[in-house]
Amino acid sequence: MKTFKNINLVLILLCFSFSYAQQTPAKDQAMDFAIVGATAHIGNGTVIDNSLIIVSNGKITRVLDNSQPNAVTLQAMDIIDAKGKHVYPGFIVANGTLGLVEVDAVKASNDLSELGTFNPHIRSIIAYNAESKIVESMRPNGVLLGQVVPRSGRITGTSSVVQYDAWNWEDAAIKTDNGLHVNWPNSFSRGRWWLGEDPGLKPNKNYSKQVKELDNYFKEAKSYNNGSTKDVHLPFEGMAGVFDGTKRLYISANDEKGITDAVNFAKSHGISNITIVGAYEAGNMTEFLKQNNISVFLRRVHTRPNAEDDDYDLPFKLAKKLVDAGVLVALEPSGQMERMNSRNLPFYAGTTVAYGLTKEQAVQLITENPAKILGIDDMYGTLEEGKSATLFISEGDALDMRTNKVMHAFIDGRKLSLETHQTELWQRYAKKYGVED
Amino acid sequence: MIKIHLRLLIFMCSFSLFAQDYFPSNSGVIANNTNYTALTNAKIHVSASEVIDNGTLLIKEGKVISVGKSVSIPKNTTTIDLEGKEIYPSFIDIYTSFGVKKPKRATGNLPQYEASRSGFYWNDHIMPEQDVMASFKYDDKAASEMHKLGFGVVNTHMPDGIVRGTGALIALNNNADNSMRVIDGETAQHLSFSKSVASRQSYPSSLMGSMALLRQMYNDAKWYADGNVDTRDLSLEALNGNKNLLQIFEANGRANVMRADKVGDQFNIQYTIVGGGDEYERIDEIKSTNATLILPIDFQLAYDVDNAFLAKTLSLSDMRAWNQEPHNPRILSENGVTYALTTHGLKSKKSFKDNLMKAIESGLSKQKALEALTTVPAQLLGKSNELGTLKAGSYANFLITSGDIFDKKTKLYENWVQGTPHFITDMAIKDIDGDYNFKLAGKLYQLKISGSSSKPSAKLVSGKNELGTKMSYKNDWVTMTFKTADTTKTEFIRIVASPSSGKSLSGKATMPNGNDYSFYASSEVKSANAEGEKGKKGENGKTKDAYMSPVTYPNMAYGFTENPKAETILFKNATIWTNEGDGVLENSDLLIKDGKIAKVGKDLNARNAKVIDASGKHITAGIIDEHSHIGAVSINEGGHNSSAEVTIEDVLDDEDIDIYRNLAGGVTSIQILHGSANPIGGRSAIIKLKWGESVENLVYDNSPKFIKFALGENVKQSRSRFNVRFPQSRMGVEQVYMDYFSRAKAYDELKKSGKPYRKDTEMEVLAEILNKERFISCHSYVQSEINMLMKVAEKFDFNINTFTHILEGYKVADKMKAHGVGGSTFSDWWAYKYEVNDAIPYNAAIMHKVGVVTAINSDDAEMSRRLNQEAAKSIKYGGVSEEDALKFVTLNPAKLLHLDERVGSIKVGKDADVVLWSDHPLSVYAKAEKTIIEGVTYFDIEKDKQMRETIKKEKSTLVNMMLQDKNKGLKTQPVRKKEKVLLHCDSMDFNTTEK
Repeated sequence: MKTFKNINLVLILLCFSFSYAQQTPAKDQAMDFAIVGATAHIGNGTVIDNSLIIVSNGKITRVLDNSQPNAVTLQAMDIIDAKGKHVYPGFIVANGTLGLVEVDAVKASNDLSELGTFNPHIRSIIAYNAESKIVESMRPNGVLLGQVVPRSGRITGTSSVVQYDAWNWEDAAIKTDNGLHVNWPNSFSRGRWWLGEDPGLKPNKNYSKQVKELDNYFKEAKSYNNGSTKDVHLPFEGMAGVFDGTKRLYISANDEKGITDAVNFAKSHGISNITIVGAYEAGNMTEFLKQNNISVFLRRVHTRPNAEDDDYDLPFKLAKKLVDAGVLVALEPSGQMERMNSRNLPFYAGTTVAYGLTKEQAVQLITENPAKILGIDDMYGTLEEGKSATLFISEGDALDMRTNKVMHAFIDGRKLSLETHQTELWQRYAKKYGVED
Repeated sequence: MIKIHLRLLIFMCSFSLFAQDYFPSNSGVIANNTNYTALTNAKIHVSASEVIDNGTLLIKEGKVISVGKSVSIPKNTTTIDLEGKEIYPSFIDIYTSFGVKKPKRATGNLPQYEASRSGFYWNDHIMPEQDVMASFKYDDKAASEMHKLGFGVVNTHMPDGIVRGTGALIALNNNADNSMRVIDGETAQHLSFSKSVASRQSYPSSLMGSMALLRQMYNDAKWYADGNVDTRDLSLEALNGNKNLLQIFEANGRANVMRADKVGDQFNIQYTIVGGGDEYERIDEIKSTNATLILPIDFQLAYDVDNAFLAKTLSLSDMRAWNQEPHNPRILSENGVTYALTTHGLKSKKSFKDNLMKAIESGLSKQKALEALTTVPAQLLGKSNELGTLKAGSYANFLITSGDIFDKKTKLYENWVQGTPHFITDMAIKDIDGDYNFKLAGKLYQLKISGSSSKPSAKLVSGKNELGTKMSYKNDWVTMTFKTADTTKTEFIRIVASPSSGKSLSGKATMPNGNDYSFYASSEVKSANAEGEKGKKGENGKTKDAYMSPVTYPNMAYGFTENPKAETILFKNATIWTNEGDGVLENSDLLIKDGKIAKVGKDLNARNAKVIDASGKHITAGIIDEHSHIGAVSINEGGHNSSAEVTIEDVLDDEDIDIYRNLAGGVTSIQILHGSANPIGGRSAIIKLKWGESVENLVYDNSPKFIKFALGENVKQSRSRFNVRFPQSRMGVEQVYMDYFSRAKAYDELKKSGKPYRKDTEMEVLAEILNKERFISCHSYVQSEINMLMKVAEKFDFNINTFTHILEGYKVADKMKAHGVGGSTFSDWWAYKYEVNDAIPYNAAIMHKVGVVTAINSDDAEMSRRLNQEAAKSIKYGGVSEEDALKFVTLNPAKLLHLDERVGSIKVGKDADVVLWSDHPLSVYAKAEKTIIEGVTYFDIEKDKQMRETIKKEKSTLVNMMLQDKNKGLKTQPVRKKEKVLLHCDSMDFNTTEK
């Protein structure tokens, strides 16, 4: 009973503390506006040092080099003087879990995992908490969009893509149910210490069996979806999109063997829309990835190397190796404290610059590339005419924590509040001590 | 077989009567056999250093009467002629649990904080009163196994608990009872760092807890011995009683050897320490302990590296262990370390001889090997007059062999214990391996016999046909059955023959039709062949010897072959962030010399300095992490709610790769804090990241004294299923402090009064806090508890030094300033648990602006390698100036650690702990290119590149060697993936007690 009481207490506390709502989502764009003079990082690898960007009805209508003469008249619109500032497409969290967990250690706030090994019917969008205080803390760093991915089982479920300023999950959704996620079997497994086995990592004896099980599951699902049976099988129905090409297949695999097997597996099932997630050892197999046209969600840049003998900077320089080889790469944040750390996505990209990429290439890793892979590049990911005005203006280089200071951010032309639970507390206490800026 | 039984019978008769003459007998008359036995014409190794050729060993009633070249033999002597054979003293294994069953693991649900027993020490894992004889049961089977390896005597003990009680010395005499076999019922007191499985008492839950417990136990034993305790403690009585016994400590590895020795030294106890086989890695350290070691030789098998994908995950350190560990005994001998060898640790005892041979192939001298198996253990046990040699008066414990006992081909015939022979290989059996020719019924046959001494087999060829053959060789008779060459029939020819001198077989053959013929096979080419094989083997041995991977410091990837030295270095044209009044100096020079900052300025010159062009680059003081958990093998002692008695300095780990990775991120000093399991945690280790140095050289000289405290969810065990440990609320946390500080105050007053007092490490440490000699760094989250601890401290008239984490510090920054406490926080972590709901990234900025000394720390091995970037976030969040932001990870943590006189800024006279950055040091684009501590370059980005190449090369050499092993048919083991667990504040994972 005692434990029960405590759970209630936690629930009460949670209800209380989460009752501050998120910042109110912004209204639709009413008036056209122009961003004048900023260095525009287009997101596709190019940059315009002195740019003119015009936004109308939530869309980018013009992107021009402002140092060249042009015939555009800036009338009947708001002018944002952004001379010396930088403008970027909204950064995109690939393979994210924002909105699924509020406080890691509070089980009641956790919707990340579901029971079962094969969960293609599980849809992450349902649990996405548009009012998460963690989600709102993304915006002041320029992180405006993301994928919402369930995380447990061999087939973890179906993901969607959302924007981070919404009243509810339905409004937040940009693309619904367009990804299926698989955790590839591990090449190594742990001994069962409770049976007296060595708990260290040894080659996984069940690897082939686990691959076989997955293979069978895909075959069965395919047969089901080819037929016209009336007996509804929800999980198999969840697989349909993978076979008809409407769902991308994301396979988490980190070692060379796993990656190779995963790619060959997908191909054997006639699936070509595949992305490898993690890809720690992909640096040794760039040719293979390139030949097979495999895109990669590269594991969190700010991690330690897996093995003692690995180069200390391996996680930092991996992006460069893949990009140089022509592999389509986006950065993903999974790992410890991944949700609150997703706001550091720009700095993950910044680190890849210290280890070899150009700044514009690094920007691509969190804008155009994830947009392409997530299938939202028709509207998002770059500052190009005709696309959604999902962008932000930073006082300086947004990839560097020293200079990432977001002044304005927009999603579909809507001007976002940059206030958060955290900025409110900051202001309250700064005022208390008289140490406001 | 008859022969064997006959002899066995003779000896059995002589023994059943031994030593029991006052026992009544109801099975016959009492008759003592007092005959002599003489073993003659043997090469007798009287001891490891004395050999008699063609000698005689005379024994009687289980003891050696005399040994020598001319021994007078009494008339009532049975003589055994051992011409061509050798006699060795049999081996002694000083470290076994022979005949002892380990207790069953205790089970239960709730954690148990109190002891299960009364009348004994307060901790169940301390059992000096345990007597191994109480659970000893002689194990014939295990004894026979040991006989085959050459052992005659073993010391056994109960392998369970931290103090395990006394062991006993057992002669492996299968034909006697314990009255004979027990040579000494109380030989040694046994200790280890591992808890008993029979009790679930939580304390200690860590290695450092075990060390602290042992120390407290010794203090208490003295207090008890001095008559200060009115009640009974049978454990301490036993401990005091066992004081003069040999003290054997099971450490199982070089780092723990050092730890055990450290504990022993503090109480003037020299343990004899069971090592782990890796002592060669820091041989000078091991040597400095002056301890005699007990060495296991459980060498690794080669890893199965056929699958290149899997093999890739093998770490260089694991590969080296395989390659280097067979050299351990040799290296210890070369350095004058005395040791006994043991079978302890071997998964299969059968591998003992193979591993011993490996050690010898790796250069261990045969004499040292024999000493380590005979005289050394005998001496340790105080039994040099009875064991380990064959001098008159010793037990008649000896081995009869076909030759040099340390030769692979040598056969062990008999293992005599207390005059009782145990027959291993029939002495009568000859080596009949070879190629023979014989003629039978007009046909010529070629016969090849191999494995005659163990598993004989024969291959028979006639003309072009190989004939299916079965053979056996027993009691000096060969029997062989083979199919005739006529493949249309299934008919057999049978042969019975015995070998005669001159390498031939003679006997009779019985044909399918029943006709008998006499049979004679002669061997011609045999010896030549055997020699050829032998020669080849010798060569193989040598190729194996040829490559031993270099031992580096630490002995793993990125280790130094030779530790780098301090240099005089002149950096030219750098941007220097002084952290002093000078601010940031552009285009300036920095001279470091004798480990110190010698000069800062423009256009400096220095003779003999290594000049480094730092144009376009930045130099800062080395980064200091106030809150780290790298470089230690144990972080939390969670067995008690207060653990002031433990210290991280006891559990430092000099081979943590994260030390190197942190250097590569510009970190030079860290405080390794105890975890946050308890309101009162353990003492810190404040170290410099001197990669390659041994643990004691990592710790600061005259290190400031710190202790970790913790508040909130972790200490009240919010996420535990059990509500059994006090405190369960923040209300209780306050009372824990009130209680302990009140007691510490009383303790200190008593101590200062000069009256006798019970020395209590925990109270000593807390009294240091009250006396302002030790500082608190307290894990803290919410404002209520922060405020509380300051008030508690004020009641006891001291100050809290640092609040670490301090995520709601911004809510009480004014109170913190008034109290004078600093804050060491995360840049932007939050949302990982309920109490960080109000954590904000502006925290550092607010505290700083209010006037609190503020630092940014990591608590994380990943974040710590980019702590400069974490500092930079306070520019973004709250507008801290760049210079101040850098101080958050350099000068301010130095201040918080009371080290700002020595490190934290670039000021003449301070330690030369500096970093050369490729770019603005607060920028995400900056890389540390050189990280220097006291003038020594511990990380150099260029050298790192070279090391990567070396590692690759060495690994492929070792992989090839492993493949060779596999191709030779040697056993392999599956590859393993080495892991380094990332330790955080709440890591309770490490537990030495669960092996």
